[in-house]
Amino acid sequence: MSSLQELQGRKGRPITDQDAREISRVEELSYDLKIYETMTREVKTVQPNSTMQNVLEILRTGRISGAPVTEGTRLVGIVSIEDLVRALEQNNVNAPISDYMSRNVVSIAEYEPVVRAIETFSKYRVGRLPVVDENGSLTGIITKGDITRGILTALQKDYKEEELRRYRASHLFEDITSERTSLILRYTIRAGDYATGGQASSHIKRALLRLGAPPQLARQCGIAIYEAEMNLVIHTTHGGVIRVQIEPHRILMQTTDDGPGIANVQLAQQAGWSTAPQEARDMGFGAGMGLVNMRHCVDKLEIESAAGKGTKLLMEILLRPEEQFKNDPPKPEPNSGG
Amino acid sequence: MTLEEIITRLGLTPLTSPRPAASIVPSAGYASDLFSCVMAGAQHGNLWITLQAHANIIAIAALLELSAIIITENAQPDAATLQKASEQGVTLLSTRLSNYEIAGRLWEMGLR
Repeated sequence: MSSLQELQGRKGRPITDQDAREISRVEELSYDLKIYETMTREVKTVQPNSTMQNVLEILRTGRISGAPVTEGTRLVGIVSIEDLVRALEQNNVNAPISDYMSRNVVSIAEYEPVVRAIETFSKYRVGRLPVVDENGSLTGIITKGDITRGILTALQKDYKEEELRRYRASHLFEDITSERTSLILRYTIRAGDYATGGQASSHIKRALLRLGAPPQLARQCGIAIYEAEMNLVIHTTHGGVIRVQIEPHRILMQTTDDGPGIANVQLAQQAGWSTAPQEARDMGFGAGMGLVNMRHCVDKLEIESAAGKGTKLLMEILLRPEEQFKNDPPKPEPNSGG
Repeated sequence: MTLEEIITRLGLTPLTSPRPAASIVPSAGYASDLFSCVMAGAQHGNLWITLQAHANIIAIAALLELSAIIITENAQPDAATLQKASEQGVTLLSTRLSNYEIAGRLWEMGLR
């Protein structure tokens, strides 16, 4: 329950970006989801003046282990299977419920987030909580099972949204009528930022998958652009820019930077040649295989560079017919004769 | 052979396990500490054996859709790396054995 304690500790102060990154989707949902959204509304209740015999029947027929006790709609207690056992032991099943029920009921307000219910479950070691509105009227009951179901439903919704995004994106090229539709993705890469290095490549790969690219193609682009991205991180003075142009029939990937440039482009393309600094080599970069790998993944690779200036890298993948994004070219207009 | 069997037989320590190990069946293995070699050589679903433990191994495993990473010689990834691994669904395993020993044991077990 360490994550729970962490959440409690966070209470009352604004969530920083760092915190936000550390919160998993399930934790986030436990804050977003409200009790009333996931509780059970049809609750079997009993009146304080009816008998324990009555409790026995309700628990048996409802296959439940406890029931809230209400006066009108107001929650006044809770009666559980343990209370019933006590009554049976004392051979006193005809006694009124008010003799056996617990009056100190821990309840929870319906507008609270489910994380409060989780906290209350562990604090009081209970498995169910009566839910009340602002007037103290009973509106439902919540169990751990209800919360699990609520969170799973919400996650399922997330999943459907991703499917929907993918569906919409995959129709992008089809839905837009133009002679030449192209989608441009642009990312700024910081020099020496090894920690986030590789992020742009992941985003590009995901974008291609959402657009409906075959997994093998997305992987191939991912590898090529990862090598190029890490080159910007490792070798450039001020970082650079990645620009990916996606067209129905091809993918064009380009990186540009403003220095230091490559002194001998020919040499740089030789397998095993590397000018990576020791820091990068210690981390496993600088094998001198980057450009070789890129070349394997793409149909065309061009490097324009001069020492002291900058480098422009261009990679093109031509899509095979079965890989192409579906496109909607404009229909030829019937000749108006004007 | 499932990843769960491999974990048990080699006594590996799971550092992150975003997916149940019993459901992962590694296609084969690849051992290298040089990223470009991994990029060029590791195949889809491979188990990657490396001494590297910093955040960039996660990006590589995710891009190549590797089945898991075995970090050797007790190298310890930092908290940010573990976080990234969980987010990207990358299974990280740790061992005190070297790349050489782990690769040998896996080969012996028939992961070829």
